[in-house]
Amino acid sequence: MDTMRDRFAPTLTRILDEDPRVAVVLAVIGADAFGEARRRHPGRVIDVGIREQLLIGAGAGLALTGMRPVVHTFASFLVERPFEQVKLDLGHQDAGAVLVSAAASYDWPAGGFTHMAPGDVALMDTLDGWTVHVPGHPDEAETLLRHAVAAGDDKVYVRLSTQSNTRALPVDGHGFLTVREGRRGVVVAVGTTLDAVLTATEHLDVTVLYATTVRPFDAESLRRATDSAGTDVVLVEPYLAGTSTPAASEALSDRPHRVLALGVGRRELRRYGTVEEHTAAHGLDPASLRERIGAFLGRRTAAA
Amino acid sequence: MTITEELGRTYGYDDLAWLMGRMTGDEKHGPAATSTLDVVWVLYDRVLRGGPERIGDPGRDRFLLSKGHGPMAYYAVLAAKGFLPVEWLDGFGSYASPLGHHPDRTLIPGVEIGSGSLGHGLPLAVGTALGLRAQGLDDPAVWVLVGDAELDEGSNHEAIAFAGPAGLDRLHTVVVDNSSATHSRPGGIAARFEVAGWSTATVDGRDHEALYEAFTAPHPGRPHAVVARVEPKNP
Repeated sequence: MDTMRDRFAPTLTRILDEDPRVAVVLAVIGADAFGEARRRHPGRVIDVGIREQLLIGAGAGLALTGMRPVVHTFASFLVERPFEQVKLDLGHQDAGAVLVSAAASYDWPAGGFTHMAPGDVALMDTLDGWTVHVPGHPDEAETLLRHAVAAGDDKVYVRLSTQSNTRALPVDGHGFLTVREGRRGVVVAVGTTLDAVLTATEHLDVTVLYATTVRPFDAESLRRATDSAGTDVVLVEPYLAGTSTPAASEALSDRPHRVLALGVGRRELRRYGTVEEHTAAHGLDPASLRERIGAFLGRRTAAA
Repeated sequence: MTITEELGRTYGYDDLAWLMGRMTGDEKHGPAATSTLDVVWVLYDRVLRGGPERIGDPGRDRFLLSKGHGPMAYYAVLAAKGFLPVEWLDGFGSYASPLGHHPDRTLIPGVEIGSGSLGHGLPLAVGTALGLRAQGLDDPAVWVLVGDAELDEGSNHEAIAFAGPAGLDRLHTVVVDNSSATHSRPGGIAARFEVAGWSTATVDGRDHEALYEAFTAPHPGRPHAVVARVEPKNP
């Protein structure tokens, strides 16, 4: 199966053919895959070289002329390195863009921490007005990319990974999907964590919500789920643990509730190895999730 | 040349001191404001094609004030040219005023970018030039004003290094050089642009004719940088 990242250039190439307003801005990374698109649309496939501040600034400048820029590189270099450009050139200028990242939290563990960005979504949370898509499958990535480009002049962040769930679900670019219903808690699985969450909660009587659009946070679906499953909430996110805790707490602010936040740990592992090894090290493999979710919900039962 | 009329009044260069005098409370940025006065005036008075009636017109020339510190000269010229009411100047920097100590494009008619943090205007101008070119709008010129100290920001060097080889010949940078950069530049400011394939000119930033000549010099196939030298900030 191809990866979300593999799907990016072919999808955008078709979008470039369809929509003369769209331009792709790159900083070398991923540029090879746009060769054909560049021949067909030389003015709208732009590689600025290894210049990430210019990458965001130029993307914003394109938007100021009425175009719809899609700006792409690894998450570390797209969100973290030029963060002030994201904040000012897009936010403060009131300009829109689609930022599409690759490498996610630890897609290339052998590459080490320089190419890991578990904090990207938390960082984007300090800004106003961004939609954040975190697909869990290449088909979902394609759908969400199309939603992102079609979203007028909105500011949209699409977080692509080489990791994937086995099956795609019918995502709509807005709310959470209810994958399983239970009565003893709500587990929100974000993007690529869904398969592990479903395996981990097989024998637990919990509702599982699947989130691929995490900002705006679908507070209404979470509230509705807690009506029947209670207000013990577990968030499982493929980026920094606790990133969505404020959003979940705000959604349930008028109800007594508990939140367990699982995700990538803040501590730098200083390990190479494989994706699977890093998933386990962060406690996001099915066995670890089962133990941590079970303990959280079990304690509640004992206390009650 | 004093062309613009607003409510029956025509403002010219000689009115700018009076217009700037209506703004108070930004002593810190005072020297920065006057350093740009002549450059901004000559651009708006004689070079830029556009005006209050062409805000939002895709074919207008763009002026991006990257050096957003001390925008009094900019505001005075915008008022003189009818982009904003002269009365707005009185509230400069106050809560109810759209005119801050750094400009906000969403609050002021005809202002192309919000600026203040250094090193953002030139990359935005590069993107603007790319966007116009991609849409076949080959006529409008893009101008960006930066300070010599602002050029120290690495983001500007990313933009300079890209724009030359990319042949962005509708892109123009004017560097107001008041010798405020922290470390000296071997070869001078223009050399930085020249090695990246830009056309350059260095002129007296107070001499209106020299500025006009430099601003309108042909530069086929290449972006153009004008270094406008004014009196040192710290003599």
